[in-house]
Amino acid sequence: MGTEHLATPTADSYAVIGKPLPKVDAAAKCLGRTKFADDIVLPRMLHAKILRSPHPHARITAIDTSRAEALDGVKVVITGADLPNSFGILPVSQDEHALEGDHVRFIGDPVVAVAAIDEDTAVEALDLVSVTYQELDVIASIDDAVAKPEPQLHDYADDGNLHKLVHLEFGEVDRALEQADHLQEDLFFYEGNTHLPMEQHATVAEYGGNGRLTVWSSSQTPHYVHRALEKVLELPRARIRVVAMPNGGGFGGKSDPFAHEIVVAKLAMLTGRPVKICLTREEVFYCHRGRHPVLMKVRTGVKADGSITGMDFESYLDGGAYGSYGVASTYYTGALQTVTYEVPAYRFKGARAFTNKPPCGPKRGHGTPQPRFAVEVTLDKIAERLSIDPAQLRLQQLQPADSVTANWLKIGSMGLGACIAKVTEGSDWSNRFRKLPYGRGLGLACSSYITGAGLPIYWNAMPHSGVQLKCDRGGGVTVFCGSTDIGQGSDSILAYIVAEILGVDPMEMAVVTADTDLTPVDLGSYSSRVTLMTGQAAIQAAERIRARLLGPVAEKLDVPAERLEFSGSRVFDQTDPERGVTFGEAVALAEAAGGTVGSVGSYTPPRSPGRYRGAGVGPSPAYSYSACVAEVEVDPDSGIVVVPRVWIGHDIGRSINSSLVMGQVEGGVYMGLGEALMEEMAYRPNRNVVHKWPSMLEYKSPTMHEMCDVTTYLIEDPDANGPFGAKEAGQGPLLPVMPAVANAIYDAVGVRIDEVPMSPPKVHKAIKDKARGKAPRFGPSSVPSVPWPEVTYVPPPWEGGDGKAHPRPGLETRGEGG
Amino acid sequence: MMRLPPCQAYFPVSVEEAVRLRVDLGSDAAYVAGGTDLYPNMKRRQQTPAHLIDIRRIPELLELEVHDDSLVIGAGVTLTRLIRSEAAGAWPVLAQAAATISTPVLQNMGTVGGNLLLDTRCNYYDQSYEWRKAIDFCMKKDGAICWVAPSSPRCWAVQSSDLVPVMVALDAEVTLVGPDGRRTVPARTLYHNDGIEFLTKRPDELLVSIRVPPMGNARAVYRKVRRRGSFDFPVLGVAAWVRRNGGEAVADARVVLGAVGSHPIENAAAAESLIGRPLDEDSIEAAARAAAKPAKPLDNTDFTIGWRKDMVAVYVRRALEDIRTGG
Repeated sequence: MGTEHLATPTADSYAVIGKPLPKVDAAAKCLGRTKFADDIVLPRMLHAKILRSPHPHARITAIDTSRAEALDGVKVVITGADLPNSFGILPVSQDEHALEGDHVRFIGDPVVAVAAIDEDTAVEALDLVSVTYQELDVIASIDDAVAKPEPQLHDYADDGNLHKLVHLEFGEVDRALEQADHLQEDLFFYEGNTHLPMEQHATVAEYGGNGRLTVWSSSQTPHYVHRALEKVLELPRARIRVVAMPNGGGFGGKSDPFAHEIVVAKLAMLTGRPVKICLTREEVFYCHRGRHPVLMKVRTGVKADGSITGMDFESYLDGGAYGSYGVASTYYTGALQTVTYEVPAYRFKGARAFTNKPPCGPKRGHGTPQPRFAVEVTLDKIAERLSIDPAQLRLQQLQPADSVTANWLKIGSMGLGACIAKVTEGSDWSNRFRKLPYGRGLGLACSSYITGAGLPIYWNAMPHSGVQLKCDRGGGVTVFCGSTDIGQGSDSILAYIVAEILGVDPMEMAVVTADTDLTPVDLGSYSSRVTLMTGQAAIQAAERIRARLLGPVAEKLDVPAERLEFSGSRVFDQTDPERGVTFGEAVALAEAAGGTVGSVGSYTPPRSPGRYRGAGVGPSPAYSYSACVAEVEVDPDSGIVVVPRVWIGHDIGRSINSSLVMGQVEGGVYMGLGEALMEEMAYRPNRNVVHKWPSMLEYKSPTMHEMCDVTTYLIEDPDANGPFGAKEAGQGPLLPVMPAVANAIYDAVGVRIDEVPMSPPKVHKAIKDKARGKAPRFGPSSVPSVPWPEVTYVPPPWEGGDGKAHPRPGLETRGEGG
Repeated sequence: MMRLPPCQAYFPVSVEEAVRLRVDLGSDAAYVAGGTDLYPNMKRRQQTPAHLIDIRRIPELLELEVHDDSLVIGAGVTLTRLIRSEAAGAWPVLAQAAATISTPVLQNMGTVGGNLLLDTRCNYYDQSYEWRKAIDFCMKKDGAICWVAPSSPRCWAVQSSDLVPVMVALDAEVTLVGPDGRRTVPARTLYHNDGIEFLTKRPDELLVSIRVPPMGNARAVYRKVRRRGSFDFPVLGVAAWVRRNGGEAVADARVVLGAVGSHPIENAAAAESLIGRPLDEDSIEAAARAAAKPAKPLDNTDFTIGWRKDMVAVYVRRALEDIRTGG
């Protein structure tokens, strides 16, 4: 990347970068004119509905669709036999079918699909389908999965119903813990929760007369949908066009290829008519892929001065019925513990269970909010125990910038210290922490998150992001990129970056994104990768355009090329600004001189130093950092927790658009508050493992009444790998909110809530227990016994490691090379 | 999206016409006003009336005025209108309670009558047809069992209206019109302790109006417990009404609990522990303890049973403190 930095503007001369400009699509959204997938209406369009399993675990023994097919208005009815090929987001978990043919694994698993002339007819038809099931024993929890290897949900699991087992060690942890003055041991449980985007998933498919399939969908990852459609439909990818429509929120919930997308494509192919599906809210709960419930055990060794000697971390994930991103999620529950504070020796064991519930996957923070909660609450307990201020405890052992962690993650810029300084100052921490009256408290927590995953989801050596630019003689610039705007503003970021380099107005540009026929591949809107990766690709493409324009303009103006400046939609002589041409004239000159003016740019992340098996999860071009102080008011009689205010500092590297960054930070705080206080994916284990409340009324998510005041501090310390120094903002700022609230509850009423959400009954019980002299704590008390695989031992950099696995000193175990 | 079942709408302009329509169309017809309760239920196929008799064009149902010192509220008056009403100003607890119902947008549609006749709620029942099918339905609709208490012969769905406990505490009366004529009964007799047969109103009777007696020198408050500051139905509602005649001692009192049973639970023991004594910490504490006893929350709403039970005393105490301090 970035090999052609010519006359890139410097920080103090930016015209666009860092400015709080409107989004390029703001007007259309505010006017209600943005077209989402469900807004698409095509001539002769049919409507599809999917019949889903009413059983959590069963074999399908017979399906009779004849009565549905006979219903007036029904055009076609399909079953698993029509779509036999499996798919899944990860190459190692190709375990889903668009319609399950013989084995259903949760209430909501898709079984039969109908296309009819309208939605009512399709609904009526579903009720006429008869499916015979043979019920199987149900795996309802992690404990169930450990206890019952049979019946297996999937035969490819590592062990029985344990999907994935991971065992990594970096440095000799047992020895490090022995050398500690204090060993802190804690158990935590983080309940699952879901994305809850406003827009329910919708897809429209059309199979044209010339044998090309077009699929418009609310998807964060059109490229992966493209690949899944090719695999399941056995149609060459060149004949499939996937268009990701603007998403009405994603948060990770639209990152997998979904059954309904494949189903409407198949129905369109069979009927020759366009077919639409818009899921109900209940079906969105069944698609899920949200936060994994994770049980955690953390053993942390510290010296008397609070410095960490080693950490031993165990995660137990309830994965639900399918793989989804689960293998990555499992690794993520162990990957980023090391990037905030110095951890000289670190061990991670992770187990993901298959259970008969909707599949879990990536939700904002993907696999890292749960362990981050555990680490930050653990540190608060250690600070309390050692009588060290929690802010000081963290500040004295920050992971240095430009370093490599025990698990071989390469850290670039690191602004956590500045974040902590800002939030402690803003909250008047030193005068108020441990000094507020009973019932009120302050809590501090920190976090870090990746700015894009270092590796793609399927192994390949190609760029992660591509951008094409087309310049028109009239002065117009069109940006083409495969990235998907899910409301975070990725279309705008492309426009701002190209506009900055070409000196044009971002609001005058055309941005064409997320269309596999028109745009170069970008891997998708996940892992906080879009600003960094599309941004770098856009910089490269824009600089190539500048290079094309310089010569012809310099010749025309008779000015040396290095004196030319691109600004105000003009190209002119820096020393004589009147001497210049409009941007359109510059394009025309270049077009006359060398033909059509266009360019491409692309981006591939740098290679990570980790070489062991499992080293693929965690590396990133750059890590963002956040610190948060939450203030709480706890009503001791009810346990109701109110969060009136949060101070949050976020190390953004550099804001491409400061108001969009602030919006992401505040949105992260909002979502974090929901996870902290109330949100949970709850099932009735004694009633068929049915989802307890798949509705927006009973799945409790905060309203504006529960939203706190937020004071945001942006720390701008440009990262060498980010476009203009930018790092991510979409996920990281969520992470510190939950532990900050937990730590503040302790400051307020002296009880530890080691379980998320920290709902009133839990807080109330802990307060009552404390009054009765019992342990002032609510949380789990044990972890299951899991058959861990042999350890993969990796010496950390300070022990002369090379990033690869080696035999552990003193043990005769065989390490794995990478 | 979830679809409404097909149905036919009717717009009568008089009470008599509405009742006649109901009789003519039979049991496959239902009265509807704002529809904020009925339409979601229809989408979930909990009720599937083929005929909807919309009562919002009947002038008598839209009255809202003080009459002989009592407040008369037409059943079709929207919650927003009640909240903003000057006529209801002498009964501030009505606006206080109505403002806690759902959201401002739904208050614009939902009516006082609709809220008083709100279907009982249960999170085994307020689910889509497909969800209920997955647990083989329940006795309130399409099934035989009560999943909340599987050995129970009765349904335990929860009275979830915020205005019901208030109207009972204020000793309001309701006027019903059916094919056999008009009758006026105390609001407290409108409810029955059963999740299915929760109303004593006959299905063809139309709730026309509610008469709230004068407050005199009594004070009343409503306290609501729920997860969030908007949207949510109560998991506990406490309506308290206390009259002190000049002196310190409580002359009369009513404490009514909502959302902890299938009907509003009027707690005589709590009232008795107040009557004849000054409203002070001791009497309030005694009333709070007495009130908690008959509350029988079950695992069919938000939150845990034990916590909801614990909250009864806490919130009865708070409601009575509100009255004591004039808050």
